[in-house]
Amino acid sequence: MIPDRLSLFQRIRYSIFPGTVRSAKEARGYRRFFNSLILHFRPRSVPERTLRLTLTWGLGGMAVVLVCTLFATGLMLKFVYQPMPGNAYDSIIHLQNDVLFGQLIRNVHHWSGNVLLIVVFLHFLRVFFTGAFHAPRQFNWIIGLGMFLAALLSNFTGYLLPWDQLAFWAITICTGMLEYIPGIGKGLQELIRGGSDIGPATLSNFFAIHTAIIPACLVVLMPFHFWRVRKSGGLVVPRSPDEDPGNRGESVATIPNLILREVVVATVLIAFILLLSVTFDASLEAKANPGLSPNPTKAPWYFAGLQELLLHFHPLFAVVVIPLVIVLALMFLPYFRYDANTAGVWFASYKGRHMAIVAALTAVIVTPIGVLADEFLVDFNAWMPGMPPAISNGLLPAVLILAGVIWFYLLMKKRYAATDNEAIQSVFVLLLVAFIILTITCMWFRGTGMKLMWPW
Amino acid sequence: MKKQYDEKAPATDPSRRSFLTKLWMGLGVFALAEFMGVVISFLRPRKSKARKGSSDVVITAGPFDKFEPNSVTAFVRGRFYLARLEDGGFLALSHKCTHLGCTVPWVDKEKKFACPCHGSSFDITGNVINPPAPRALDMHPIIIENNIVKVDTSKRLKRSEFRTEQVAYPKKKA
Repeated sequence: MIPDRLSLFQRIRYSIFPGTVRSAKEARGYRRFFNSLILHFRPRSVPERTLRLTLTWGLGGMAVVLVCTLFATGLMLKFVYQPMPGNAYDSIIHLQNDVLFGQLIRNVHHWSGNVLLIVVFLHFLRVFFTGAFHAPRQFNWIIGLGMFLAALLSNFTGYLLPWDQLAFWAITICTGMLEYIPGIGKGLQELIRGGSDIGPATLSNFFAIHTAIIPACLVVLMPFHFWRVRKSGGLVVPRSPDEDPGNRGESVATIPNLILREVVVATVLIAFILLLSVTFDASLEAKANPGLSPNPTKAPWYFAGLQELLLHFHPLFAVVVIPLVIVLALMFLPYFRYDANTAGVWFASYKGRHMAIVAALTAVIVTPIGVLADEFLVDFNAWMPGMPPAISNGLLPAVLILAGVIWFYLLMKKRYAATDNEAIQSVFVLLLVAFIILTITCMWFRGTGMKLMWPW
Repeated sequence: MKKQYDEKAPATDPSRRSFLTKLWMGLGVFALAEFMGVVISFLRPRKSKARKGSSDVVITAGPFDKFEPNSVTAFVRGRFYLARLEDGGFLALSHKCTHLGCTVPWVDKEKKFACPCHGSSFDITGNVINPPAPRALDMHPIIIENNIVKVDTSKRLKRSEFRTEQVAYPKKKA
């Protein structure tokens, strides 16, 4: 086609992209070009069975969408927010009252951040329960855990930024926990707080971590995670327990089968976040007052389980030993030697499903009993007056609980003649449900002075 | 004409080559360590430059007979409580809970400090009545000059429990 015969706009377009005049036929060519761009990120075809909603629940895709909305809204907030104790709170008030759509953007950021944690947690559970951490996906499990911790840290650092009472005291107690790490605790705490108390230095540290370091980590880790998915031959192919793992079923074209589903999930999720943001405002309490701790002072909901542990254990165990043991166990989880590679089977086997239910019920019964017993009956501190509290209130109960968990593992293994996949899974379920119950207890069953009470 | 790319480099002494490689790697590691050192010292909090003896640090509480025995007075600016015990001695207690650093209010009705965050409580001497707090409230040194009580807030003394030698007594009037 000759450029001279074009209209003004076509000529301008041509001057920007020489040789790109579109005929109807060429427009289809462009579509193909765009499609091939997508195919740089996605395989040409995917096993049909991995498209089922009951495999992934769209959770990984949701996390990506939420990170994108967080980046977009976070960038906007950055233009208004001022990270200084004197101004931070007022700039949020200004954002909410004077900036057009300011409250909405803050709400979207707030809800995306909170929903992200839930989505990422569910994604983590999905991967565990479909056995998608077995070879060749071992390392991707670790990258995923790393991003989970990054998301937690991101939420946590963002929590301080509004500089209201809720933020100030939640961060005070959470950074206060660091003091109990032996040796480096005090130094680490001062490094993070930028001094011995929460103040201007803390706010600028948290601002830098929240708006630069964690986004940068995510930008690196996310493509790494997706690349590992492709190197492992795509998603784990779901199968029933007695099906041959080698059978991958039929493959279908990625465009439109996968892309369309992803777009639908993203659209529904964005609509949900908008609905949430229009209905519920992100909370903002009174301006932070270092002289007055509100009663009760609670950690952010995702650390509520940890705070509940603090009520029962010496801090050294509640915030250092127990979380460290759990994170390390999760990191090494894919590298244990298992009896079988159960990748793709929900809950490893039929027996595994049954055992998971038993473990969940056990936790539902045992955890509240444990909490109540520690509240009203057990007091190792008073029973062993000569003992330092780190032992009587830390090591001793921790060892007792560890012994209980090991006993549970052996019992389940023997009682059901189970493989270690199934037995480890039942321990995972036990601890998972116990953690959820602790979180619920701290969030809703703790009132003034952190005493147990009914939420109504 | 096709160029010959597969021509080998002239033979060198392998031990020299590996030495140079190691040297480069060592220098790289050293540079990285230097950089990390810069980052860490950049981020390390500066010591606050409050001058000793200035009014910001040493807080004048007032004449000692202003305080009733068995009472606790809050000093919000200095972030401490001045407790006067039954026997007339003084203790300056930090208002930070030793558990996780919440501010502990004095409950005059029950004669104890009750932490709102995790339910720790302390008696008037700062001793723990109720865990999870692991040790007694921190103290500040008290100076009593000419019957005026002053508290040096620049120093914070950690202690595991209350002992009688921690109490500061005003000199008996002659």
